[in-house]
Amino acid sequence: MKTIAENLIQKGSFWLPRPATQIAHDVDTLFYTILWFSVAIFLAMFIIGLVFVVKYKRTSTNTKAEKHVTHNNVAEILWTVIPLILLMIVFWWGYQDYLKLSVAPPNTMDIKVTGKKWFWSFNYPKEGINTLNEFVVPVNTPVRLIMASEDVIHSMFIPNFRVKKDVIPNRYTTVWFEASDIGIYQVFCTEYCGDGHSSMSAILKVMSQADYDRWLQSNGEDTDTPLPELGKKLYTAKACNTCHSIDGSVKVGPSWKAIYNSDRQMADGSSVKADDNYIRESVVNPQAKVVKGFAPVMPAYAGLLSDREIDAIIEYIKSLK
Amino acid sequence: MSLENNSGKNFMEVAKGLKSWLVTLDHKRIGIMYLLFVISAFFLGGVFALLLRFELLSPNQIAFTAKQYNQLFTLHGAIMVFLFIVPSIPASLGNFLLPLQIGAVDVAFPRLNLASLYIYMVGAVFCFLSLYLGAVDTGWTFYTPYSSTTDTSVISITLGAFILGFSSILTGVNFIATIHKMRAPGMTWFKMPLFVWSLYATAIIQVLATPVLAITLLLLIFERLLGIGIFDPALGGDPVLFQHFFWFYSHPAVYIMILPAMGVMSELVTTFCKRNIFGYKLIAFSSIAIAIISFLVWGHHLFVSGQSQFAAMLFSLLTFLVAIPSAIKVFNWLSTMYKGSITFYTPFLYFLSFMFLFCIGGFTGVFLGALSIDVHLHDTYFVVAHFHYVMMGGTVMAFLGGLHYWWPKMFGKMYNEGLAKTSCLLVFLGFNITFFSQFIMGSKGMPRRYYSYLEQYQPYHIASTIGSWVLAVGFFLMAGYLIHSLLRGKKAPSNPWGGLTLEWHTTSPPPLENFDVKPRITHDPYDYENMDIPNEKGMLK
Repeated sequence: MKTIAENLIQKGSFWLPRPATQIAHDVDTLFYTILWFSVAIFLAMFIIGLVFVVKYKRTSTNTKAEKHVTHNNVAEILWTVIPLILLMIVFWWGYQDYLKLSVAPPNTMDIKVTGKKWFWSFNYPKEGINTLNEFVVPVNTPVRLIMASEDVIHSMFIPNFRVKKDVIPNRYTTVWFEASDIGIYQVFCTEYCGDGHSSMSAILKVMSQADYDRWLQSNGEDTDTPLPELGKKLYTAKACNTCHSIDGSVKVGPSWKAIYNSDRQMADGSSVKADDNYIRESVVNPQAKVVKGFAPVMPAYAGLLSDREIDAIIEYIKSLK
Repeated sequence: MSLENNSGKNFMEVAKGLKSWLVTLDHKRIGIMYLLFVISAFFLGGVFALLLRFELLSPNQIAFTAKQYNQLFTLHGAIMVFLFIVPSIPASLGNFLLPLQIGAVDVAFPRLNLASLYIYMVGAVFCFLSLYLGAVDTGWTFYTPYSSTTDTSVISITLGAFILGFSSILTGVNFIATIHKMRAPGMTWFKMPLFVWSLYATAIIQVLATPVLAITLLLLIFERLLGIGIFDPALGGDPVLFQHFFWFYSHPAVYIMILPAMGVMSELVTTFCKRNIFGYKLIAFSSIAIAIISFLVWGHHLFVSGQSQFAAMLFSLLTFLVAIPSAIKVFNWLSTMYKGSITFYTPFLYFLSFMFLFCIGGFTGVFLGALSIDVHLHDTYFVVAHFHYVMMGGTVMAFLGGLHYWWPKMFGKMYNEGLAKTSCLLVFLGFNITFFSQFIMGSKGMPRRYYSYLEQYQPYHIASTIGSWVLAVGFFLMAGYLIHSLLRGKKAPSNPWGGLTLEWHTTSPPPLENFDVKPRITHDPYDYENMDIPNEKGMLK
């Protein structure tokens, strides 16, 4: 997969992606605190161990162990109590940051998120805007994602924000963040959900309020791009490419190459001509006719594509000779 | 059978032929058959690991499709967990050594012991049946509703895991009874070797936790076969309920995997430092403490699953508490080396490897136990690396250490020490290359169970795959010198390392009924100060 968001590794530290919210900075502080304490204690133990194996190695003069110390109450209590205190500090610190991560402030801007095999769809309820595998939020604004799955469990992960929450069928879960930096960020699915799990990713664009308003204005229908070209764009933007190739190779679904107007063998034994109506039906209600040899796993795109967009996809398929 | 008839013969010589093995009631033979099976399972699981690491060399397809890759990591996990690591130390080394270490003739219920081996074999058959019926692609955790809906053969593999659970329960019951009733005269609870303590703690978890897994898997099978809605929301079930049930077993199960390893460590450190263990009671009690607290931490697998903040807080707190007994053990082993007389034979190198790797596994566990950090690291390669450092860096290293330590006792043959050390070094290096790179890419956000990945993660994946090749070379070398040892190995003395525990008092391999003279215990198990090393003649200097 091509890297689109560069904030993950190129602009991150050795361990972590570049933090892009205030809370992410707080989480990182605890991460590095644990890291450096661990490194210090580990090195101390390593050096002690090294000294022991060198100093107490068997030699002609050291054939039997010296006086055996079988226990030492003070030492044993110390190395029980001191780690306990350190761990309790880590526990409380982690819990406090976790509360900040999981309790959203009032008056968030809400976006509805649906996870489906294998794409994310986003719905802006106030503006009535729907997007797929890409969403846009204004900078310095608390945003809450209200999420549900339509099939199996998915998980919403935005590494730069240090947030993650499972997306479950029949239940809403939420995640919130307030992006402090304008930029393009990677979104992953982190709960294993089948063949397309690793392609179930989305892009989050954080814009200035002015740019965001402009985006809201312009996010009506794309009426300018010629149909086949728009179809080509939608092929990746709407995640068709996760399951359908355009070069004839078989992925989760049949390839689009040269299928237009060809006769298709269906799972029930019938044969159907892949004309405009068939393609339209296969997009809106994929389970109606399933091609032989493929599992009926495609989600319905009804409501996710406009009529013009469906026409664009049909035109694009026509062009794939 | 009486001792007189077999005098001078070891347990392998008293009867020959395949049948004498298949119907044996001798715990030593059963232990060796288990050893054969768990090593075969380890080999198979390892091959799957090599294949999937190979595919991950590139984000684009190299050899496998997405579905095949998903089947590979599922089989790797399921085989390694259910067929290898759960039975590894207790069923093979434990079976062989538990009666020897407590001075008994056999386990309390020899027939039950053989039955548990056969149940293990039946369970394994069902797991492999899944390979033919459409290898399962759910991940070894079988999360619903994916596992309720996939078209692969979930039923046969869960049935396999269900049956394997019974094998584990029966071994546990047997060990508990054996430890309670079969100890030699004079062996009080605090004169038992620490390996026995760890097997006891393990057996408690096996007996109490495994039934929950059995019920869960049975419910999953019912749901798939009969369409009863338990976990699948489409049928009115609750998918997160499955996760609670599953981890209620599977978190204690990771202690089933690590506790016996800790027992092996206590044996290794005392023998190779020729010194009494530091803090015997604290080590013994910490095994029991781990066994108890391990039942109360399962929720840390569900920190991002929508569980309440209050539950998350409690599980995080308990998770940190369970870390303490493990830390205590490590400090005690380290102190046992103080003023010892240390020899560096292969088993001790595995002891040192365990100390190094298990500490890294433990420290990275602190990151994952902290709630806010777990949110970021959950389901990334950081978690994959963490549990491999604990399970492979911990349990497998101890298993290999134990195998090399007791190999002369079990088979009466020595192996090539130079090759064994080389192999240990390769395994140690290969392991670190494979999994340390996974910590880095994981904290940078690389999710686990990904067939393809963003190009920017590729360097880390390449490093990890190269590491897996180094590991493979180490293991093939090991297979080579161990097979050579069986066929051509030098005859082993009764006590090559100068151990004190009872198994070193008898011959290598031991006679059918373990001891020619019934042992009588007068000292602490590792009391090098006041006890003479048994069978000191022939000991390696």
